[in-house]
Amino acid sequence: MPVSMDTVWQWLSEIPDPEIPVLSLTDLGVIRDVSWQDETLVVTVTPTYSGCPATAVINLDIETKLLECGVTKVRLEQQLSPPWTTDWLTQEGRAKLRAYGIAPPVDGTRSDGSAAGRVARLTGQGSFQVACPRCGSENTEKVSQFGSTPCKAAYRCRSCLEPFDYFKCH
Amino acid sequence: MARDTLFEWLLRRGDTALVLGHRVSEWCGHSPVLEEDIALANVALDLIGQARMWLGLAGEVEGKGRGENELAYLRDAWDFRNFLLAEQPNGDFGQTLMRQFLIDAYQVPLLEALKSSKDERIAAIAAKAGKEVAYHLDRSADLVIRLGDGTEESHRRMQQALDALWSYTGEMFASDAIDTAMSEAGLAPDAASLKAEWKETIEAVLDEATLTLPESDFAHMGGLTGRHSEHLGHMLAEMQFLQRAYPGATW
Repeated sequence: MPVSMDTVWQWLSEIPDPEIPVLSLTDLGVIRDVSWQDETLVVTVTPTYSGCPATAVINLDIETKLLECGVTKVRLEQQLSPPWTTDWLTQEGRAKLRAYGIAPPVDGTRSDGSAAGRVARLTGQGSFQVACPRCGSENTEKVSQFGSTPCKAAYRCRSCLEPFDYFKCH
Repeated sequence: MARDTLFEWLLRRGDTALVLGHRVSEWCGHSPVLEEDIALANVALDLIGQARMWLGLAGEVEGKGRGENELAYLRDAWDFRNFLLAEQPNGDFGQTLMRQFLIDAYQVPLLEALKSSKDERIAAIAAKAGKEVAYHLDRSADLVIRLGDGTEESHRRMQQALDALWSYTGEMFASDAIDTAMSEAGLAPDAASLKAEWKETIEAVLDEATLTLPESDFAHMGGLTGRHSEHLGHMLAEMQFLQRAYPGATW
């Protein structure tokens, strides 16, 4: 076994997410497993969203990084199940998101598409407040369910009047 | 499970996602407001991503060396197995939204049921896609309500869209031999079993939207057996042009 797993995870934690470069791939929680199979380093990655255009770039970045670090054989495997969830975003990652101007996910607010959930929303219940990452105010409103990427929603702050992205609970 | 039955069923999922995804992507750069343009592009991305998963698995099941790309770009209209509803033209923004809502409301219970499919590959795709489609439904239902219960003009257009698309919804719940085989094997729910939850969502949202549910239950059929409306061929001509004109071209 050429290098320790801790070292490999350290290398992986240095790879920025292509869309949100303040987050590392390990902050994002998309790397599910790393293991040696004989001489090959196998990295198991789960996509955030099925159509996320960053997925191909993420795979390329992992391969490039590991080859640069001297690993000679790398194999990437895609794992769909269990599906990626924002629960895997590290606390450090959430703090970095906020500092970058993106409101981190409000846990427990994932849309499940259920009829009960929809009725609750229609009647004004089941809504939640997203704090503005710039001024901290909770007086904010959703502009669109989808923001600059599928993982985000577009919001605006009624206090400081700035628009911002909200990383949806997924 | 006969291999061709599973293949056909997977094409229904993949082609519906692909055709709807492509239709929605046609809005890119043409939407009435920037936020909606971005939202439509993101929904299209999700759907095309889901199409890749379903068609990738379909190619694997078929075992003839065809992958997601061959299935998407090198089949003609009669080989497509999408719902007719998905291929209907975009029309105005309201018609696009109504088409999306009618399909989203179907996809949510379908994917939920598929999460317990005995085929773990199907269950994994459903779990992934289901999380995305829940947000699609949130958005399309919200906009159907806002536009239906909006101005006189937006209300009129939404009612017109609903009336125009309604006869294409029945196809989603018509069970045939493929559906029956899939449900008997514990791989998928019977199509007809999804109607109750779909109807509940439709009625609740249309009621809030002050729109009137059409009474006719006449249903256009044929998408699942390759008999499509003229619109699909036109769409494919554009979508497939590059791979047809320059076979094997890579980016």
